[in-house]
Amino acid sequence: MTLTGVSVRRRGRSILGPLDASLNGGGLSILMGPNGAGKTTLLRALHGLERVSTGDIHWTDPKDAEGRNQGFVFQTPVLMRRSVLDCIAYPLQLDGVKRAEAREQARARANEVGLNVNLDQAVMFLSGGEKQKMALARALMRRPRILFLDEPCANLDGRSVKEIEEILLRIKDGGTRILMSTHDLGQARRLADSVLFLHAGKLVEQAIGDDFFRAPQTAEAKAYLKGEILL
Amino acid sequence: MTFKTVVLGAVAALMTSTAAMAEEMKMAVTTSFANSGLADVLLPEIKEDTGIEVQLLIVGTGQALALGAAGDVDAVLVHSKAAEEKWLAAGNGTHRTEIMYNDFVFVGPQADPAEAGAAEAATGALQAIAGAEAPFVSRGDDSGTHKMELRLWKAADVTPEGDWYKAVGQGMGAALNTASGMNAYIMSDRASWLKFANKGDLGIVFEGDPVLFNQYAYLPVNPEKHPHVKTDLVNQLEAWLLSDEAAELINAYTIEGQQLFVYNAGE
Amino acid sequence: MWQAARLVATFDPDLVEITALSLRVSLGATVIASLIGLPLGAWLAVNRFPARRFVIAILNALMGLPPVVVGLMVYMLFSRSGPFGVLGLLFTPTAMVIAQVIIITPIIASVAHQAIRELWADYHDLLISLQATRLQRIKTLLWDGRRALMTASLAGFGRAIGEVGAIMIVGGNIDHATRVLTTAIALETGKGEFDMALALGFVLIGLAILVNLGLHFISRTERGARW
Repeated sequence: MTLTGVSVRRRGRSILGPLDASLNGGGLSILMGPNGAGKTTLLRALHGLERVSTGDIHWTDPKDAEGRNQGFVFQTPVLMRRSVLDCIAYPLQLDGVKRAEAREQARARANEVGLNVNLDQAVMFLSGGEKQKMALARALMRRPRILFLDEPCANLDGRSVKEIEEILLRIKDGGTRILMSTHDLGQARRLADSVLFLHAGKLVEQAIGDDFFRAPQTAEAKAYLKGEILL
Repeated sequence: MTFKTVVLGAVAALMTSTAAMAEEMKMAVTTSFANSGLADVLLPEIKEDTGIEVQLLIVGTGQALALGAAGDVDAVLVHSKAAEEKWLAAGNGTHRTEIMYNDFVFVGPQADPAEAGAAEAATGALQAIAGAEAPFVSRGDDSGTHKMELRLWKAADVTPEGDWYKAVGQGMGAALNTASGMNAYIMSDRASWLKFANKGDLGIVFEGDPVLFNQYAYLPVNPEKHPHVKTDLVNQLEAWLLSDEAAELINAYTIEGQQLFVYNAGE
Repeated sequence: MWQAARLVATFDPDLVEITALSLRVSLGATVIASLIGLPLGAWLAVNRFPARRFVIAILNALMGLPPVVVGLMVYMLFSRSGPFGVLGLLFTPTAMVIAQVIIITPIIASVAHQAIRELWADYHDLLISLQATRLQRIKTLLWDGRRALMTASLAGFGRAIGEVGAIMIVGGNIDHATRVLTTAIALETGKGEFDMALALGFVLIGLAILVNLGLHFISRTERGARW
């Protein structure tokens, strides 16, 4: 996809852009940058959750532009007042799939993300990691071509982080394009095929993952990697 | 599932409600008539003799006449001659048939601090109450009873004003409750008073003056104005009210040994 | 108390009749008002339009409408001399239901609006992300908020079953036709029969409690072990 002059303004203040970027090929891209850099806003704008004030997002393949071919995992999972299974099945029910059929597929998806809990319990009783796995499974229900994740591992314990990372790598290998933001440098190193570094609403640096961590080109990225810009 | 069942059940229950199609007619009557209990004696007899189920709307005289004028009832049974004649003159009804009368009494504290009981006439009793500024509860609701009370004040040449005069704007029962609570004087029809269960310290302090007689009349609603009124049933009911059987039942009706109504139709 | 107990214990036919009518009218009104008020509340929570604030203000104001005024308005409409007089609905249970629907719909819509607004704040991003249509959003919110919405309906029912001013005017308190618990209580009070009025009052309270418990019971079995 290509972004030209994309900006998001809210109440007269610019929170993102103007920003030009081109994201091609597959793999897993990591959005990095300090708090308030615009990572979340960019993800939301790409997914259509945030109205773009100026500029244009052009998708190379028009199929990718369709919201139903995209999945989104929020930093705080949205918990519906339903059972785990019904939560995961929900996207398919919106598509008019019969409840039994949707639940069957949801069970398979839960299995895929390693959510091994009683799926008939209320989703609010799950642990943090389990909730995020539920959200992931739900985002995968429509077999998205692109998956957005907004800091999916914030507030999770080490084991859950590791599990989620493994799932994400598997999803990527299955051919799904992944865009994900994170604060966690270690996680970025482990996962990134490419990196977009944002600072103060601008795209400061874009690079292949290994290159970015080995030899950052801009002063901001260097400072951030050294830990001189606080989270 | 359950939700749907509840909805359907409720809707079905509503549908069945309007179906009842007996020989029904609606008659607006005054609170005092309904409170007397006479209706409970007459209505079953009417149903047995004529097959008519008379549905009573128990309201004040003013509202009863208004319901008749709007065509919402088929007939009216009230007791306020002046208002009735005005109502007839406006083309709301066909005619006025006097049926019976009862009387009003002055109720007050049994000790009678205003000495209203010593008066010769009803007007004298009112003058005594006003003179003593003893608490007096008025219906104040433009009902037949209220209109009668106002006429009596006028005849007594007293303008009822001041803290002692409480217009409550309610029906006979509510007004009696108020009077009982305040230990005040009040004018009531005899039937309502005798049937009233919350007498407290009150008792009848004055009665018997012929000006206190209260004539009930039966007024059919004009079918030329409201073609839907059930004139057939209205006429059948009138014929029954004029029968000897009605006369006997009405004259024989007593509470605590006291006759409440005097039948005087056709006199 | 004794009188209430005796009336209930003996299944006094008159008491059964007016109690059944009370239930029928108030439940009927609650169901209809819920069918209007719940989606309306959800719709107001989900949609942003210029007159939205205004509509909500109107709803809140209507909640304070005196039942007697509603009764008078319905009377004027359904009186033989009124625009809908030909229907002959005045002094029927149907007219009483109509009056009560007008009285309780604003309450149900308003409480539903509050509840749905909170749920919508939780669900907003997900539903937009999944591209749920407007109708799907409202359906989802109504379903997932059903327990809060039941509270809204019960608030409406509570107001309906205890209401006397409007149904007195449009129902007429006709014995064996439109007499319900509240109008019977008013009548007995007017006769100074306080014991009887109070006894009917206890029956009314008992009925309201039964309906509440009953609905909670139904919703529990429906939820199964999940919620």
